[in-house]
Amino acid sequence: MNNQLGIPILSILIFLPIAGAFVVALLNREKEGLIKGITLTVTIANFFISIPLFTSFDKTTAMMQFVEIAYWIPSWGVKYFLGIDGISVLFILLSTLLSILCVTISWHSVEKKVKEFYSAILLIEGSMIGVFCSLDLFLFYIFWEAMLIPMYLLIGVWGGPNRIYAAIKFFLYTLIGSLLMLLGIILLYIFGGRTFDVLEIMKVNYPFGLQMLLFWAFFAAFAVKVPMFPVHTWLPDAHTEAPTAGSVILAGILIKMGAYGFLRFSLPLFPEASLALSPAMMILSVIAIIYGGIICLGQTDLKRLIAYSSVSHMGFVTLGIFALNMQGIEGGILQMINHGIVTGALFLSVGVVYDRTHSRQIADYGGLATVMPVFSAFFMVFTLASVGLPGTNGFVGEFLILVGAFTASKPIAVFSATGIIIGAAYMLMLYQKVFFLEKSSKIMKIPDMDRRELLTLLPLLILVFWIGIYPNTFISFMDESVKALLERIYNSQMTNLDISNILEGKK
Amino acid sequence: MTPIPFPDLKPFTSELIILSAGLFLLILELFVKNKTVLSAVCIFASICVLFVLSDTQGITFNGMFVNDLYSMYFKIIFIINLVMTVLISINYIDREKPDRMEYYSLLLFATSGMMIMASAKDLVVLFLGLELMALSTYILAGIKTLNIKSNEAAIKYFMLGAFSSAFFLYGLAILYGLTGSTDIYQISEKIKTIEPSMALVLSMIMIVVAFSFKIAAAPFHMWAPDVYEGAPTSVTAFMSIGPKAAGFAVFGRVFYVAFDSIYTEWATALIVISIITMAVGNIIALSQTNIKRMLAYSSIAHAGYMLIGIITATGDSINAVLHYLLIYAFMNMGAFSIIILIEGGEQIKNYNGLAKRYPLVSALMLVFMFSLVGIPPTAGFIAKFNLFMSAINGGYLWLVIIAVIFSTISAFYYLRIVMNMYMKDNISDSIVFLNNSAPLAVAIFISTVMVIVIGVIPSLLI
Repeated sequence: MNNQLGIPILSILIFLPIAGAFVVALLNREKEGLIKGITLTVTIANFFISIPLFTSFDKTTAMMQFVEIAYWIPSWGVKYFLGIDGISVLFILLSTLLSILCVTISWHSVEKKVKEFYSAILLIEGSMIGVFCSLDLFLFYIFWEAMLIPMYLLIGVWGGPNRIYAAIKFFLYTLIGSLLMLLGIILLYIFGGRTFDVLEIMKVNYPFGLQMLLFWAFFAAFAVKVPMFPVHTWLPDAHTEAPTAGSVILAGILIKMGAYGFLRFSLPLFPEASLALSPAMMILSVIAIIYGGIICLGQTDLKRLIAYSSVSHMGFVTLGIFALNMQGIEGGILQMINHGIVTGALFLSVGVVYDRTHSRQIADYGGLATVMPVFSAFFMVFTLASVGLPGTNGFVGEFLILVGAFTASKPIAVFSATGIIIGAAYMLMLYQKVFFLEKSSKIMKIPDMDRRELLTLLPLLILVFWIGIYPNTFISFMDESVKALLERIYNSQMTNLDISNILEGKK
Repeated sequence: MTPIPFPDLKPFTSELIILSAGLFLLILELFVKNKTVLSAVCIFASICVLFVLSDTQGITFNGMFVNDLYSMYFKIIFIINLVMTVLISINYIDREKPDRMEYYSLLLFATSGMMIMASAKDLVVLFLGLELMALSTYILAGIKTLNIKSNEAAIKYFMLGAFSSAFFLYGLAILYGLTGSTDIYQISEKIKTIEPSMALVLSMIMIVVAFSFKIAAAPFHMWAPDVYEGAPTSVTAFMSIGPKAAGFAVFGRVFYVAFDSIYTEWATALIVISIITMAVGNIIALSQTNIKRMLAYSSIAHAGYMLIGIITATGDSINAVLHYLLIYAFMNMGAFSIIILIEGGEQIKNYNGLAKRYPLVSALMLVFMFSLVGIPPTAGFIAKFNLFMSAINGGYLWLVIIAVIFSTISAFYYLRIVMNMYMKDNISDSIVFLNNSAPLAVAIFISTVMVIVIGVIPSLLI
């Protein structure tokens, strides 16, 4: 454990946006320009502050880096303990990047309660980053739950027509899951030596029965967030009704927190239970992949379709994770990043056209390619990345996951591969209906993307190709941490080849 | 016959201060027309109590009265409750125009009753405190003599309260018959030596029933919603914390000490009551249209959670109940202050679109509502976490799981207020405006600061 930068960089990343949120909340609500300006400055500053995590990260160790530790509630043994490893580092970068895009895309589209909106976005950013770098279960839980408040408001205040229903459904689903996890955390505290320190708790080997119990307790929270079948039903409502920025945060970061939770807590803390339940989890994942895909085929609402595609794609992520091998887990992490980029981009794109037409119905569109050629090209790239075309990031992630799944179980790999075909079907059909075919009367005079929107989507476009063509930049971060995780699970019985070697063509 | 020596009054100082302040006010309010002076006396007396409290440990009145750390903690809660109630009353109670102005004296008498309850080492003293508290609150509930709902509240509270007192006396009589003592610690010793009998269990059940009335635990909660709705809001705030905390104080002392040897029996009875209480409170709260009724059911539900701490009966869990009560006092007071602040704030529909007109007030109400749900980083989370942790530690995981499920349900009705404030547009034709006053603002400020500070830095409390 070390902190190579010598400054509390993670704390800055968490508390700069939170402080920004309070500043924004105190401003005069008439000064909308200033409010937006401060929010944008804070998010951009936060992104630049997070870059050293990327450049100074030591890829040769699985140890926690950029560590900060202090006592917080001594009588309970609660520490303020932050640190990141190869599993979490990319999520922080993704969070800081997507937060900027959430601000820029909402620039003109949010008109009411502007101050509260940007305040909420900043609060969410701070707590998201907090979730990804907390190494104390109590602290983790605080961030995990604190995020619910601004997110609930974001959906409920600035959302679509059915927003209130969606917001409360989102809140209650996540709350019940989180509270069950809280009980699990308390049990771990009692059995794990009266500490919430994850690294300390990890040193204890728990009896199998307790592991199973705790696994399910944590599963309740993580599966709702991912969301895994059959607790996914909040997701289509929440994604559909949320404002664009809300959908991007939900799809880009929030649902990754569930899968991240599996990696950070469930697998290393309950290794035997994870091994025992791995087939069950993989079957649930395959159901999500196929079921989510089939439902997408029948959607008439743009955002709802993309929301259901998230169920399918996150099925791939959990499939990879619970394949419990190097390729599967690395693929799962990479696919989470990919999904954050691609689905984030798709929601941003839908936001672009929604601002112009105020319709989410696929039937209202058609022939958009002639009206908005640049936008169509962007959307094409994101569609193909979502489908998993080689050369885009989606391919790398899905390929790795399928390799991992194939090693773990052939039938499951075969079934899940059909999900890719269904995925191609619904995404291409969507593209065809919206961008080709006869020109719809509603979109006759709408302008193409302006510079702000272009700049919003451009970074994501670059990332799609970067990861698609040279994924090793990102995968190399994970190697050591994932290796250590698997060693922990199999008690140092490593079986698989190093994945970065495969990708570079070495044997 | 030797004369009874004059008792050492030192451990009784805080009660004396509050009682004499109450008596002083009775005379003072005949001459002083400015009600702010009366409230200043209340606050002055409270501050005096806080200063002397820690120096007045001891046992007095021939061992009938004890001022120990346990009772001192409760007394702090009572004093906080008193001060906050006075702060929110100053402007409000003038507006409500009660016909008689014994209001502040009654608050002081009720508080001293609670303090005596918390300190009672003898069941007779306990009964004295109980009645002093109860009689004062009956009158407080009906202080708006011309308001029919207030009258109904007072009568209902009085009738059911009288029943519960009768139950307590029955239980006490049987217990005296069995053990020959009314001293809680002597009873404990005696019970250890006698065989558990039906009579003992019966007396225990009687006392459970009586105390359950006081903390408004189901199925003895029927009075709470009507009384909470009918009483003036400041009195409701006072009643939702003080008598409940006093009830828990005696629950802890009587069951933990006196009935120590029949733990299984009373724990079983309380488990049943706790589950019914959580269910009734949380489920019926869902359909309320009056926020005071809703908070009445919410306070029933919170009593259910706190009972888990009593059931677990470890040092940790009793501590957790104390912390829970303190935090609950702040968040509930905060919520009631906002209700007083908003003219027409009793109807939930009047909260529609409030955030647009009064963003700060809405934001504060949001903090209190999320704290009542128990979402971090508010104090409500710390309270629940502490309680649940001690209960799981004591082996009641299954009971905590039930509590967790019900607290998820509770999120729905608390969030309904947030939803109305932020997500709906104002369509109601009633005019909503604020009745701001400096003391009320102070009360809201204190509550907010405590709810957030305890939430972020719990080590201050724990």
